[in-house]
Amino acid sequence: MAEHTLLPDQWVDRYADYLFNYAVARVSDAETAKDLVQETFFAGLNSAKNYKGEASERTWLISILKRKVIDHYRRSNSKKGKAEIRINYNSDSQTEGDWLEEQVADPFSRDGDNIMENEELGLALQDCIDKLPLKQAQVFRMKTIQGMETEDICNELNINPSNLWVMIHRARTSLMGCLNENWF
Amino acid sequence: MKISCGQAADICNRSQYKESNVWEKLKLRLHLARCRECKKYSSKNAKLTTLCDKAGLCCLSEEDKQGMKQKLDGEA
Repeated sequence: MAEHTLLPDQWVDRYADYLFNYAVARVSDAETAKDLVQETFFAGLNSAKNYKGEASERTWLISILKRKVIDHYRRSNSKKGKAEIRINYNSDSQTEGDWLEEQVADPFSRDGDNIMENEELGLALQDCIDKLPLKQAQVFRMKTIQGMETEDICNELNINPSNLWVMIHRARTSLMGCLNENWF
Repeated sequence: MKISCGQAADICNRSQYKESNVWEKLKLRLHLARCRECKKYSSKNAKLTTLCDKAGLCCLSEEDKQGMKQKLDGEA
């Protein structure tokens, strides 16, 4: 029995940011990520009849996006002709850092872990923001993520600064609660 | 010099976006020295700011979203 249903009218408001962050972490280019999200929505719409309702709408869209990311890399690799891996052992150079030992990855480096942890944090945060009431989420995004000026947000949304700060307060309090278990 | 917990929370929130002045920050500090609940809120609030920075989230502009909606409507 289907537990979830698709509501394409709400896809952009509810999932666009989540999908965009997922994509941008993988393709490192905002424009490409945006295109992939749009393609994902199109593909979702076209294959809506195949949706069985077993996974949540978002999980299903993410699985489509994953394929889109893979296709993107396939396309860009086929443009180059083939993927190339070159290892230069620098056997004939005299410069420093030529020893193989100096070229292997630093086993104590935490860069990779940090990147993964930050991505996980980003998705968890995005998840919590998506659970906020729509208006609060919108104000929080504009203020915190886009870094917009209070005045500009007030003008755009036609609210006054005290409304804005009340919404920010509520959003922040909810986010603290939502992230609490794993991140505080 | 005394402020309520509500006012303290307000200054604390605005401080996260560097929108409080020195005088307000001083009043907040004095309040935090006496109020354990607000102190807890304030440190969690600061931690949330750090987490938001660390997460490096990006989001689509309203314009981008409108564009996406229009394209989707065209497709539907």
